[in-house]
Amino acid sequence: MLLIPCPFCGPREEVEMVCGGEAGAPRPTDPRALDDAAWTAWLYGRVNRKGPQNEVWWHRAGCGRWFLLARDTRDDRVLGSWPIGAAPPAGLGLGEGGG
Amino acid sequence: MRFSLFNLVRQGLRGHADWPEQWRKAEPARSYDVVIVGGGGHGLATAYYLARRHGIRRVAVLDKGPIGLGNTGRNTTICRSNYLRPESIALYDHALRLWETLSAELDFNVMFSPRGVLMLAHTRHEVEVLERHVHADRLAGVDNVWLSPREAKAVCPPLELRSLRFPVLGAALQRRGGTARHDAVAWGYARAASALGVDICEGCEVGGIRVEAGRLVGLETSKGPIATETAALVAAGHSSVLAAMAGLALPITSHPLQALVSEPLKPCFPCVAMSGTIHAYVSQSDKGELVIGAGTDRYPSYGQKGSPPVIEDALEAVCELFPIFRRVRMLRQWAGIVDVTPDRSPVIGESPIRGLWLNCGWGTGGFKATPGSGHLFAWSIAHGRPHPIVAPFGLERFAAGRPIDEAAAAAVEH
Repeated sequence: MLLIPCPFCGPREEVEMVCGGEAGAPRPTDPRALDDAAWTAWLYGRVNRKGPQNEVWWHRAGCGRWFLLARDTRDDRVLGSWPIGAAPPAGLGLGEGGG
Repeated sequence: MRFSLFNLVRQGLRGHADWPEQWRKAEPARSYDVVIVGGGGHGLATAYYLARRHGIRRVAVLDKGPIGLGNTGRNTTICRSNYLRPESIALYDHALRLWETLSAELDFNVMFSPRGVLMLAHTRHEVEVLERHVHADRLAGVDNVWLSPREAKAVCPPLELRSLRFPVLGAALQRRGGTARHDAVAWGYARAASALGVDICEGCEVGGIRVEAGRLVGLETSKGPIATETAALVAAGHSSVLAAMAGLALPITSHPLQALVSEPLKPCFPCVAMSGTIHAYVSQSDKGELVIGAGTDRYPSYGQKGSPPVIEDALEAVCELFPIFRRVRMLRQWAGIVDVTPDRSPVIGESPIRGLWLNCGWGTGGFKATPGSGHLFAWSIAHGRPHPIVAPFGLERFAAGRPIDEAAAAAVEH
């Protein structure tokens, strides 16, 4: 059982949560301005990183809020979490594109 | 040395001391016509069919570890072709037909056992969905029949029909489906490919893909560079890691898919039983262990272990449906890393990089496709264009808006 630290509620069991996938790929502001390749890359392309990555999680059975979580996909170790829009904890701002 | 009664008796009289190794331990040469990256069932099968059917014998199969220890050694060994979409039915039934003669073709007993695959319906909605599958399969000429609860019980006597949580309202049965010995598939293809001159290089990890002007020119490996104009990435859950070396972002997310086996029991479970609602499936191996498949963990991961809630869900359901197993102890649990695509269908074909081929995205259902995948992929590589059966499965289907939304894949959310 993973313990996922909700930045609003504290550590909670993973069964309360929904993983929303890789962070760092905001929806293009004007999809009609994109060609098929760029739209497909946004819609379907995944980094699927092996190592530390930033993810969006939803505390569905708790406060109902979305937040950012840094996790290592090699061993599922949680590195930290923070509210969307807030500055990430030191060392976890892993850059653009899902970290 | 062929497996025959004569050789078995002769080796038996010598104390079985003289059996040769089943495949050569090869070191990679400097160049090949085709390099397969990934020594699982699909990769080894591709190499075998390239050599056997297409006469391409300067072929290497590279694996970072020993062959067959990824998902090939971690699945629940189920073979079936009762899918929903015509494209998928054609693909998986091609594989099932090859399974039926595979032991003879490879001179290696893969212990294919068409004992029947029973898919249970627990809700009115599931009855309608599975009936639709039955009709789709029969229209495509693939066997699948609808059974009443009583008929399902006759096929699978341990089944409890009137569980409060998961009452059985009916079931779909594919009699040609069943199981095969997963390790034997890797060993059999490796042995047969090696005998045809294919180099199987274990402990050889790919660290780079060299591309010049949009064409593949070679691979960097832990055992030195290899020059090749054709390479195939057949690495299941690690496909994204390899593709990233060539600058490609695949529509794939890697998830753990868990399975577990029980202590050995006397033969008591005659078929494969699956339940889509609860993501649990059961069969009994020839050693007597119950082989139980669970669902995928909901978060992406490369850790081959998974998390307890998933197997708890599966085992609760197994105990409801098969009360005779309630006191059976489990021996081992593990996870394989499955490469899940948005439409639950595989990606097969040439990548945007000339000469770099992809065979991935099989997700939770790759084992059953092993012979068909290798056979059709080898044809495609040899001819430089996709075989008609795999043509709909190219990467370009996503940009074209032609996904193959396959609802019959196991253990995934839809």
